[in-house]
Amino acid sequence: MIEFSAVYKRYPGGYEALKNVSFTVASGELVFLTGHSGAGKSTLLKLIPLIERVNSGSVIVGGQNVSSMRAAAVPFLRRNIGQIFQDQKLLYDRSAFDNVMLPLNVTGLHPRDGAKRARAALDKVGLLGREKANPIALSGGEQQRLAIARAIVNRPSILIADEPTANLDANYAAEIIDLFAAFNQVGVTLLIATHDQGAVTRASAKVKTRSVELKAGELVA
Amino acid sequence: MTAWLRLHAMAFGATVAKLARTPFATLLNVLVIGIALALPAGAYALLVDMQAAARGMSGDPELSVFMTLDAKKDEVAAIEKRLRAEPQLTQVAFKPREAALEDLKKNPALGDVIAALNQNPLPDAFFVRLGKIDGDALERLAATIRTWPKVEHVQLDSAWVRRIAAALNVGRIAVLVLAGLLSFALLAVTFNTIRLQILTQREEIEVSKLLGATNTTIRRPYYYYGAVLGFLGGGAAALIVYAALQLMNAGVAEFARLYASNFRLDFLPAGDLAAILGFSAALGWLGAWLSVTRHLREFEPR
Repeated sequence: MIEFSAVYKRYPGGYEALKNVSFTVASGELVFLTGHSGAGKSTLLKLIPLIERVNSGSVIVGGQNVSSMRAAAVPFLRRNIGQIFQDQKLLYDRSAFDNVMLPLNVTGLHPRDGAKRARAALDKVGLLGREKANPIALSGGEQQRLAIARAIVNRPSILIADEPTANLDANYAAEIIDLFAAFNQVGVTLLIATHDQGAVTRASAKVKTRSVELKAGELVA
Repeated sequence: MTAWLRLHAMAFGATVAKLARTPFATLLNVLVIGIALALPAGAYALLVDMQAAARGMSGDPELSVFMTLDAKKDEVAAIEKRLRAEPQLTQVAFKPREAALEDLKKNPALGDVIAALNQNPLPDAFFVRLGKIDGDALERLAATIRTWPKVEHVQLDSAWVRRIAAALNVGRIAVLVLAGLLSFALLAVTFNTIRLQILTQREEIEVSKLLGATNTTIRRPYYYYGAVLGFLGGGAAALIVYAALQLMNAGVAEFARLYASNFRLDFLPAGDLAAILGFSAALGWLGAWLSVTRHLREFEPR
C-alpha cells in the first residue's frame, strides 16, 4: 500500500531529514513509526500526501509513484489519504460539523449526501452530540477525535497520523488508540508516527501491529 | 459535471454570503467602485445625448442642389433621377421655384419686395439628406454633382458635420482615457479587498489544500467575489449617473425652453448599460485574478 525505496530528503540549507529509507506498509497493516523528535517521522509522513517531495528514491502509494506526480494530480491523491496532523489544523471559525464537511465540500459532493457522511464520521468518533460546537469549546481529546472524523469522512483506505496522542492525558490517548484499532479491524491501512510507547502497547493488545524506528533520519528497525 | 456545477454554485453562494456578512464594508467598496465608474459612464451618457441632439439639429449631412434658372422640367427630372441613384442618399426633397417664391411671399417682411419683382429669381432646388458619410466622401459627392448639366450650385454643410464629428471625437477619446484610468481604481479596490480576504482566510486555504482542494476550487470563490463586487459597483455607477442626469434635467429643461427645444438628457441606452455592467464585472474578475495569482502562491502548506 505504501512503499518507500531508498528515499533521501534534504531540506534547503542542507539538513538531511531522511537518509536511504526503504520500507513497506502492506494493505491492512497498522504500522507505528517510532523515534525521538527530530528523527524524521513527520518528514516521512509528509512525503506520502506530497506535502513534501523526495530528493531521490521513490514513494509509491496505492500503486502510484507519487514522487513523480504532477502538481495538478496532488489534490486527488490527498482525497484518498486520511491525514491527522500534529497540530490538528482544525478551523475555529466554524462548527465541528462544518470542519468535517470541509473535505467533502472541496470535492463538490452534494451537501445532503455530505451531511450524512459527516454525521456518520462524527458518530464513529463519538462526537455526534457536539456537531454544532465550535472546536475551541471541545476538550483536547474531543478536538483530536474531531480531527480524526475529518480524516475518515472521505472513507480513505490509508490513514496517516502524526503524533495523535501527544499532549493528551492517558484516558484520551487510549480512546484515540482504540479508534485506530477499530479502523484497522475494518481493513484501513494505518501509519502512525508516535514516540508514545504506551500507545504502541495498547494497540498491540487489540490488533496486530508492527513498528519501524527512525533514528536521525535512518531506519534502524 | 454536476459536481463541477455544484462547486460553482457553492462558490457563488459563499460569495453572496460573504458580501452580506459584512454589509458596511461591502457598501463602501461598492460605492468606491461606483463613484469611480460613474465619472466616465456619466460623461459617456452626456456624449450620447449630445450626439443625439446634434443629429436633431441636422447633424446628418445635407446637400442643397440649386438648378440654373433656365433648367427645363425634363432636365430637372433627370437630375432628380441621378440623385436618387446615389447610395448614401436617405431623402430627397424637391422644391420647385414657384413653391419657393410662394413661401417667400408669405413672409410679411419680404412680401412687398417679392411682389415688386417681375420675374421669379429663385431656382428649382433639391434638398438632399445623406446617411452615414464622412466629410471627404461628402466633398467628393458635391464635386460630382456640380459637374452635372444645369446644376448651378451645390451647397454642403460638411464643415459643420466635420466640426461636430471632431468635437464628439475629442469627447469620446476623453471618455475612453477617463474610463481607462478609473478602471485601475476598480482593479485596485478588488485587488486589495481580495488580498485582505486571502490573508484572513489563510488557514482555511491551507487546510483545504491539505484535504485535497484543487487550486481552481480554492481560487473560484475569489473570482466570483471580484466579479460580483465589480458588477455591484457598475450598478452603483449606473444609479449615480441616473440620479445626476435627473438632477441636471431640471436645469436643462429651463435652458431648452429658452431655445424652444424639448431637449433633455436621457439615461444610457440599455445596450450601453449592459456593457458597463459587464465591463465592471470583468474588471472585478481581473482584479481578483491578479490578487489571487499574486498572493496564493505565497503559501503552500507545510
